[in-house]
Amino acid sequence: MNPLLQLALLFGKLSLLAVGGANATVPEIARQVVSIRHWVAPAQFAQLYALANAAPGPNVMIATVIGAHVAGVPGGIIATLAMILPSCTVAVLVSRSFERHKAARWRRVAQAALLPITAGLILSAAAVLIRQSDSSILTLCITFVCAWLSWRTPLHPLWLLGGGAMLGMLFL
Amino acid sequence: MSIALPVKLSHKALFMGFFQAGIFGFGGVLPIARRMVVDERRWLSQAEFNELFSLCQSLPGANVVNFSVAFGARHQGLTGASAALAGLLMAPMAIVMVLVGLYGRYGGLPPVRHMLAGLAAAAAGLMLGSGLKISVPVFAAPRNIGVAALVAALVLLMHFSLPLTMLLALPLALFLAWRVTL
Repeated sequence: MNPLLQLALLFGKLSLLAVGGANATVPEIARQVVSIRHWVAPAQFAQLYALANAAPGPNVMIATVIGAHVAGVPGGIIATLAMILPSCTVAVLVSRSFERHKAARWRRVAQAALLPITAGLILSAAAVLIRQSDSSILTLCITFVCAWLSWRTPLHPLWLLGGGAMLGMLFL
Repeated sequence: MSIALPVKLSHKALFMGFFQAGIFGFGGVLPIARRMVVDERRWLSQAEFNELFSLCQSLPGANVVNFSVAFGARHQGLTGASAALAGLLMAPMAIVMVLVGLYGRYGGLPPVRHMLAGLAAAAAGLMLGSGLKISVPVFAAPRNIGVAALVAALVLLMHFSLPLTMLLALPLALFLAWRVTL
């Protein structure tokens, strides 16, 4: 099958499953493009994710980097559009009807139900990325120090990414 | 608190506002978007922003992308949504695609490779940090630990797909949430 069509189908399917944001789909993207299709090597996936993280823009840029790596600029555009169009359609439709029944119980139930699922998916995404990127004691140290700092301090993430890149260049 | 101006924003204003949020949104667009919409341009009050953003967060998809689209649609319908979305994504997409091109060409050279390994380790740490930020308050309720552990087990140990994982975890999570939000 045409790689552009494959990208469109893959990311289109994930769009409405991105509960709590695009990061929740990272384990599934990794499973599809690394384990099943072998488009990207494990260490490469973690690096591409990191590039999306270090550049400006929303988390959905993970779709752009994977699409662009697999099929160039058209791939990046197709993957991004596939990832956002279904969920954007829902967002527009729901935000229009929202004002009429603000405190509807279904919304509170849905929110309460999705939070622990999001938590499980983000922690799984972290486990996947750690497995892919950590090959030595130093990289493990970088990972856990960055995790602790981003969790407990208001330090801007760019400092952490820059520090990690610098340490890697000097000591790896 | 700022007072929101009750005006209908033009396509150009929507595009330019979200363009600025996208291009300066390093490490998350939300803080930049909030400042642009609430403090600088006064398009929404803080309370209105919170309300629309929390709705977008509870819907599937990227939160800030959902927000730009819902906000654009409110002002100019479908074309307004497109203007806001294009503004938000155009520059970041161009930048990351250039980075991916450079990565393909130079990613294998030794100093670049080492830098990327350190960068990837840091990014994995940031994902763990945001996982902890989300989880710790949610895990105050033991049932939530159960749901999150089930999701992690299905994804990491069973290697289930995301659709299948959701199919199994969502009914349980909805049932548990339904019982406590009576």
